[in-house]
Amino acid sequence: MSRIIGIDLGTTNSLVAYVDDTTGLPRIIPDERGRALLPSIVSFTPAGVLVGDDARRQLVRRPHSTVYSVKRLMGRSYEDVKDELRYLPFSVKPAEGIAKIQIEGREVTPPEISAIVLRALKERAEKHFGERLEKAVVTVPAYFNDSQRQATRDAGRIAGLDVVRIVNEPTAASLAYGLHRLYEGRIAVYDLGGGTFDVSILHVKGGVFEVLATNGDTHLGGDDFDRVIMLWLLEDIQARHHADLARTCVNLAEDPEVMQELRLAAEAAKVRLSSVERTTLTLPFANFTYHREITRADIERLIAPLVEKTLGPCRQALKDAGLTPSALDAVVLVGGSTRVPLVRRRVEELYGKTPKSQLDPDLVVALGAAVQAQILAGGITDMLLLDVTPLSLGIETLGGIVSVLITRNTTIPTSAREMFTTSVDGQTIVDLHVVQGERELAKDCRSLARFELSGIDPMPAGMPKIEVTFLIDANGILVVNAREQRSGKAASVEVRPTYGLVEADVERMIEDSFTYAEADVETRLLIETRNEAETVLTHVERAMRQGRELVSPEERAQIDAAVRALSEVRDTDDRERIHDCTIALNRATEHLAELMMDAALRAAVQSKRADEIMESS
Amino acid sequence: MSQTVNYFEVFGLPRTLGIDAGQLQAKFYELSRRYHPDFQQSAPPAEQERALTLSALVNTAYRTLRDPIARIEYLVRLEEGRDTREGSAVKPAAPPELLEEIFEVQEMLEDAKASGLDDEGRNRLAAERDRLVARCHQEEELLTGALAADWDEASPAGRPRVVAAFKAALATRAYLRTVIDDLEAALDPAGETDVTHHRH
Repeated sequence: MSRIIGIDLGTTNSLVAYVDDTTGLPRIIPDERGRALLPSIVSFTPAGVLVGDDARRQLVRRPHSTVYSVKRLMGRSYEDVKDELRYLPFSVKPAEGIAKIQIEGREVTPPEISAIVLRALKERAEKHFGERLEKAVVTVPAYFNDSQRQATRDAGRIAGLDVVRIVNEPTAASLAYGLHRLYEGRIAVYDLGGGTFDVSILHVKGGVFEVLATNGDTHLGGDDFDRVIMLWLLEDIQARHHADLARTCVNLAEDPEVMQELRLAAEAAKVRLSSVERTTLTLPFANFTYHREITRADIERLIAPLVEKTLGPCRQALKDAGLTPSALDAVVLVGGSTRVPLVRRRVEELYGKTPKSQLDPDLVVALGAAVQAQILAGGITDMLLLDVTPLSLGIETLGGIVSVLITRNTTIPTSAREMFTTSVDGQTIVDLHVVQGERELAKDCRSLARFELSGIDPMPAGMPKIEVTFLIDANGILVVNAREQRSGKAASVEVRPTYGLVEADVERMIEDSFTYAEADVETRLLIETRNEAETVLTHVERAMRQGRELVSPEERAQIDAAVRALSEVRDTDDRERIHDCTIALNRATEHLAELMMDAALRAAVQSKRADEIMESS
Repeated sequence: MSQTVNYFEVFGLPRTLGIDAGQLQAKFYELSRRYHPDFQQSAPPAEQERALTLSALVNTAYRTLRDPIARIEYLVRLEEGRDTREGSAVKPAAPPELLEEIFEVQEMLEDAKASGLDDEGRNRLAAERDRLVARCHQEEELLTGALAADWDEASPAGRPRVVAAFKAALATRAYLRTVIDDLEAALDPAGETDVTHHRH
């Protein structure tokens, strides 16, 4: 079995991890500078596509073409997200049901953005192992619906990764805790990340991890905290510096760069106030400087309603699991937003237990993804994970009423069979509308897809008996099969996802990404080579100014020729030739460099002597 | 294991209702370790497909058998040779001794819908709900206690009589639950959107 990596594809940060074969423990793979977290940010610049910290630095400089928090748009319709779009500096437009991002006239889908993040992590892991990697476990919020899971899997495919399993984030966290044998019994995992909230109740015993119930909100997280703080700052600045702003005719809310800076300042203040009680904020503007003190109480007042919103799902999950708070053996905190003291306090009040976070809440999901990957690879055989589907699955029946086929919190994989027939003589096609959610009317639920069962032999109405099997696999993704019972013939099922990419879209994106990827790597290498040439040329020019007289005229001529050769090619696209000329120039100046070093040493010794003389006199 | 076996057979159990929860769970974990997709990654595709179907069957069977009421509903469908997919095997029927009382409750609900609830009306509805919940529990105790024991002891010839008794009790229970749900919805309008609230 080939190696499988575990990836936490987060709203704010993403990570990649694996299980070390010798210790049997999961480990995060850092980048070459030792950083574990890769900011889930992608920036489209003239020099190419940047990702991670490099893209983060473009947030203020290029607000229109730097995409962040794209996880909130994954598998979403334009209608779902349109209210928050005005806070995003990049442009999002509706297209074929889903929300697409407009980057300099080009349309990019959320899975394509996520794919760029996934590819960066894949490359990081490949560098670490020195081998090609193709398989990954990717985590998603437990409360993600079918469309959001499909979108995540599509992102993997576009990045050249076979997503062998989609695993729920709180469940992954419990696997990491379980591996360390930290808790047994009934455990609540409270997972508040950058953009999503999940709560899962598990029964953990003897290596079996059985999810009893899960609930959440896929649109609630640290981003929302930042937003309310940002809007409060904006109002405060407008009130205090009304006159300054009137003089320059600046509308802060309309300026994407200012708004981005405010968002980053809000985030930084939130983070600081999680460990200290008060902090001062200084923001320079064109003709004034905004300066004020912010206290933890200020922040808590602003975010309290949001923290409160997490408690409803917590109670519902507990109820669905058939438990009372006192029946819980432990409460575990996951996700960066659980560092906020108010969150910890409210969770403690709700469950009547001090919540625990021995494993770093930023890393624990990735560590758990690595554990799941190792289970799939056959490296761990004594752990059994039984997860559930978070939402009820049903079909629309007459009058728009939902007939529930699979109720929420059913252990997956699971399947349900339903019989269908025709209503008109000679009808050869039957349409099904599949929805997900807890509401009675189809229009209040999330539309997943319309299935068209075709190839039914013409018969009088009501005669055909079409048995349809709805299977939710271990990834929480729906698979539909149909069979006409009389003939035993499989009916063909065509899926039209309501808010997703059709197969042809994904295929095209995979192809595009290959061409982009190769071009991207080529461009990056060319830029690096040119930079190297530039550096060497600058050094040599300075050396020749200072040490021209140290070498013979023949040598001087050789160096000048090498400088000319490199200068001629350095702006071309011929990377190999630039590289060769750079090496040739380096070689031609080796002797000069040695002579200059000697001269420098002699000078140093002499000046030291001079110092000694001065001192002794 | 084939897909057409019934849930009792999945767990290697006879068609009896006295099932030990601990043993059922242990067997469930054992079967999951055998068929769960997590342990089938290196199997050939056809084998993976088969295991996936069986894993889903094991999950549904466990879900049905671990719940004493769902277990009886399933048994009734099985005995009557009906389609055994999930769904109700019985038509709700009102318990005769409560007919008059329930008629009054329906009227109260109609009034509440028309003119809202005052404190007195609320208290009366809540008291009625509590009485019906207790009556429902009584029916469930009958099902999972005396009747279930009857089934396990019945001779093949005596079984249809027990099945008929199951159906009557299930019908009463289903009826009571509908009325209880209506009462809860009237008492707590915010919770009414949750359709899976009371399902098994």
